[in-house]
Amino acid sequence: MNSQGLGSYFKFSNVDWGNMLSSTWETIWLTLVSMIVVAILGIALGLLLFETTNSQQPWAKVLNWVVALFVNVFRSIPFIILIVLLLPVTQSIVGTIIGPRAALPSLIISAAPFYARMVELAFHELDHGVIEAAESMGATRWQIIRKVLLPESLPALVSGITVTTISLIGYTAMAGAIGAGGLGNLAYQDGFQSNNNAITLVATVIIVIIVFIFQFIGDVAVKHIDKRAN
Amino acid sequence: MIEFKDVTKTFDSKQGTVHAVQDVNLKIEDGHIYGIVGYSGAGKSTLIRMLNGLETPTSGSVNIDEVEISALTGAKLRAQRHKIGMIFQHFNLLWSRTVLENIMFPLEIAGNSKADAKQKAAHLAELVGLSGRENAYPAELSGGQKQRVGIARALANDPQILLSDEATSALDPQTTDEVLDLLLDINKKLNLTIVLITHEMHVIRKIADHVAVMEDGKIVEQGPVLEVFKRPQQAVTKRFVNEEVTPSLTETTAVVDQLLAKYPKGTIVQLTFHGDQAQLPIVSEMLKQYTLDLNIIEGAIHQTQEGAIGSLYIQISGDQSQINGALAYLQKMRVETEVLNRE
Repeated sequence: MNSQGLGSYFKFSNVDWGNMLSSTWETIWLTLVSMIVVAILGIALGLLLFETTNSQQPWAKVLNWVVALFVNVFRSIPFIILIVLLLPVTQSIVGTIIGPRAALPSLIISAAPFYARMVELAFHELDHGVIEAAESMGATRWQIIRKVLLPESLPALVSGITVTTISLIGYTAMAGAIGAGGLGNLAYQDGFQSNNNAITLVATVIIVIIVFIFQFIGDVAVKHIDKRAN
Repeated sequence: MIEFKDVTKTFDSKQGTVHAVQDVNLKIEDGHIYGIVGYSGAGKSTLIRMLNGLETPTSGSVNIDEVEISALTGAKLRAQRHKIGMIFQHFNLLWSRTVLENIMFPLEIAGNSKADAKQKAAHLAELVGLSGRENAYPAELSGGQKQRVGIARALANDPQILLSDEATSALDPQTTDEVLDLLLDINKKLNLTIVLITHEMHVIRKIADHVAVMEDGKIVEQGPVLEVFKRPQQAVTKRFVNEEVTPSLTETTAVVDQLLAKYPKGTIVQLTFHGDQAQLPIVSEMLKQYTLDLNIIEGAIHQTQEGAIGSLYIQISGDQSQINGALAYLQKMRVETEVLNRE
C-alpha cells in the first residue's frame, strides 16, 4: 500500500466538500437519534434494575435477573462484532443493512445497556434518606420516581448520557466503515481505500469537533442543573 | 393519642435474631412533646418509624387516635402519612429544589394545586423564619436553616403529629437551641404532638414534657421529664442525667415552668454558685440583712470539669424594696441570680 508521504494530508483539492458536509450531517443525525433512543431506553432499564434490586417479590427478582443478564451480555459484546451479529435482525427491522438507518439497531442495542448501568448507579448513589423522607410524606412509588429519583440524579444522568453519546460517535464511525454512511464511511472509502489522506484528516477533525461540542454541551448542562454546590 | 401496645420488632440477621424493640407499651397524649432518649442501637429509631409505617412491628399494635397504623397498607397508609410530619438528622431535603419548592413537595404529593401549594409554602417559610430565603437552594443554607426548611416541609400538610428523628444531632449547640425553640413555639402555636428521639439529654430537658428512656429495645423508664431528672431509677437514666450537668443550668425551661405553676406567689429566684462561693453562708447572711420570708424549693451541687456548681431555687416574699436589696446583695457577692417571672 502506498501511503503517499506526509504531504498527502494537505491535498485539500481532493476533498469533495459537499460530500463531506452530507456525511457530517449523517453522523450527527445518527448520533442524535441513537442518543435519544438510548437515553429513554437506558433510563427505563436502569429504573427497572434499581426498583427490582432490593425487592422481595419473586417476579421482581426474576425480572431483575433477566434485565441484568441482558445488560451484561450486550455490554460485553464488542461493537464491531455486534453489528455483524445483528445483520439479520437489522434486515428484518429496518428492511436494509446499508445506510444510516441500518446502523441504528446495533448502535442502540450496544449503548442502551451501557447507559442503563450508569442510570442504576446514579439512583443508588442518591441519599436514601431523601427517598425515605418522600415515603414518610405518603408519596407513591411513581411520585418518588418522578419527583425524587429523576430530578435528584439529573446531573449524573446528563453526564452519563454525555459519555455514552461520545462513545456512540465512535460507534457511528465503526458502523460507517461497513456501510452505514457518515464520516466513518467517508474516511474509510474515500480516504483509506482511495488513498486520499486529506479526506481522512478532514473527517477526523470534524469528528473531534463534534465530540468536543457534545462534551461542552454536556458539561454546561450539568453545571447548570447541579445545585449541590454553588 | 398515640398508643404502642406490646410492640416487638425483630430482625433476622446473620448473627441471629435481633430484638430491635421489645414489649414496648407507651401512651402519648395529644399536644405533648414526648422525648425518647437512648444510645444508638437502643431501638428508638425503629420505634419512631412505626408511627408512620416506615417500619411495621413484628407483633403488637401501634395506634393513633384509634386507627391502627401498623395494620394500614397502600393508599390508606399514604393518606395517614400526609397527616404525620417528620424531620430528620440529615434534613433529607431535595437539593434540586429551592426552599419554597422543598416546602411545596409534600403538598404536591398530597395532590394540592401548584398555586395553593406555593401560597401555603410561602406562609410556612415565614413561620419558620426563612423569609427572604425562599428561592435559595439547600446548598446555600446553613445547617440550622436547612432544618427550618425540614420543619416547614413537615408542617405543610397540617399534621397532627410531628416526628423528630435526631433532628438537632447534626447541629452546633447554639443552632440546636434555636431549632428547639422553634419546635417549642410550633408545639404551642399549632397544638401539635411532637415525638422526638435523641441521644442528647439536653434536648429532652429543653423541650420535652415527658420522656422515655430506651435500652436494648426496651423502655426502662418513663415519666414526666422533671420526675425522671429528679429521681432517675435506672443506671442508664442516671448516666443520661449526669451527662447533663453543665454550667448552663439557666435554660431549664421545663423546670422553670413547673416551678412557676407550683409557686404562683412571691419571687422565684434561681441562684448559681461557682467554686468557693458554694461553701460560703451567703443566703444566711442575706436573711440577716433583709427582712424576707424564704422558701427553699430545690438545690443541688454538681461536680463538673470546672469545679463545683451549686444551683438553688428559692422563693422570697416581702417588701419589694427588701427583695431588690437582697438581689443587689447577691450580685455583690458574685452569685448569678435570675428572677423567674411568669410571662
